Amino acid sequence: MSRIWPVMAAAGLITFLIRLSFIGVLHRWRPPRIVERALRFVPPAVLTAIVFPEVLVRDGAFTPWNPRLAAAAVAALVAWKTRSVILSIVTGMAVLLAVQALWH
Amino acid sequence: MGREASIEFLRGLRDEAPILVGVAPLGMIYGVLALRAGLEAGAAQAMSAIVFAGSAQFLFVQLAAQAAPAWVLLLTVLVVNLRHALYSASLSPYFRRLGPRWKALLSYLLTDEAYAVAISRFVVAPQEARERGHWYFLGAGLALWTAWQASTAVGIFLGAQIPSAWSLDFSLALTFIALVVPVLRDRATVVAAAAAGVTAVVASGLPFKLGLVAAAVAGIAAGLLAEGPGGRR
Repeated sequence: MSRIWPVMAAAGLITFLIRLSFIGVLHRWRPPRIVERALRFVPPAVLTAIVFPEVLVRDGAFTPWNPRLAAAAVAALVAWKTRSVILSIVTGMAVLLAVQALWH
Repeated sequence: MGREASIEFLRGLRDEAPILVGVAPLGMIYGVLALRAGLEAGAAQAMSAIVFAGSAQFLFVQLAAQAAPAWVLLLTVLVVNLRHALYSASLSPYFRRLGPRWKALLSYLLTDEAYAVAISRFVVAPQEARERGHWYFLGAGLALWTAWQASTAVGIFLGAQIPSAWSLDFSLALTFIALVVPVLRDRATVVAAAAAGVTAVVASGLPFKLGLVAAAVAGIAAGLLAEGPGGRR
């Protein structure tokens, strides 16, 4: 994937300019209240938007009953109880491999 | 660097240290998954220095692996990193007197983790922060930067050892699950996540990953509606 480098450079520049915005240029501007409120919902919205199709859609079709759903549910439970990213991944992967082995 | 400046710098390093324990595993996971998503080791490592933003990097490799178009990748990075503009606004009073090089350097080092540590100190000691806060922030930011680069390198090394027969690609989805669960702290964030998830599934057939964009917009709008006009109480 050779086109990755320019996209990566652009992603870096965007990130840097966002971080520089107020420190470097716009000292006085205060963001509107609605923007501050909306930003709080970006992580839950974007992360869930990635996860749901990854778990529930396979080859373009809605296929909820599959080993990934079990793995995702267990990982969510572990994340909720322990707040540990590593532990969530490890148990989720273990469930995925176990259910995949039993499925066939 | 004067004596007081070096004390502030070291204090920033020290205060950032506990956070590194949580950051290092994430950097390693990123390194492993970036390789698995098809990035070359050099590109995977360079991204940690060029973009230097955990969640944006995870999303970037996930979308790149799915061959999403560049504009969707960049729009996602923009939306996910917009919160840094708020950090920038909140830090700007303390960095106002600095020259452009300092401002550029500190902006480059501005992450969730450096911000969280620095602002909690600046708010307590605002006068000192205006005089020497940049040294404190430099210490905190460099500590995090070094840990992020090193843990990425370890992850890339480990990723190259893991046999590709393991269906590790799903572990990126599991990483996102582990990251999203702690931010579901009230009804409005749960509504935002649910709306985004359902929209993403319904719209998953759309070309150019437009389903992701639609889902993010739907989730944010639903969160705002659920919260009501008064905002968070």
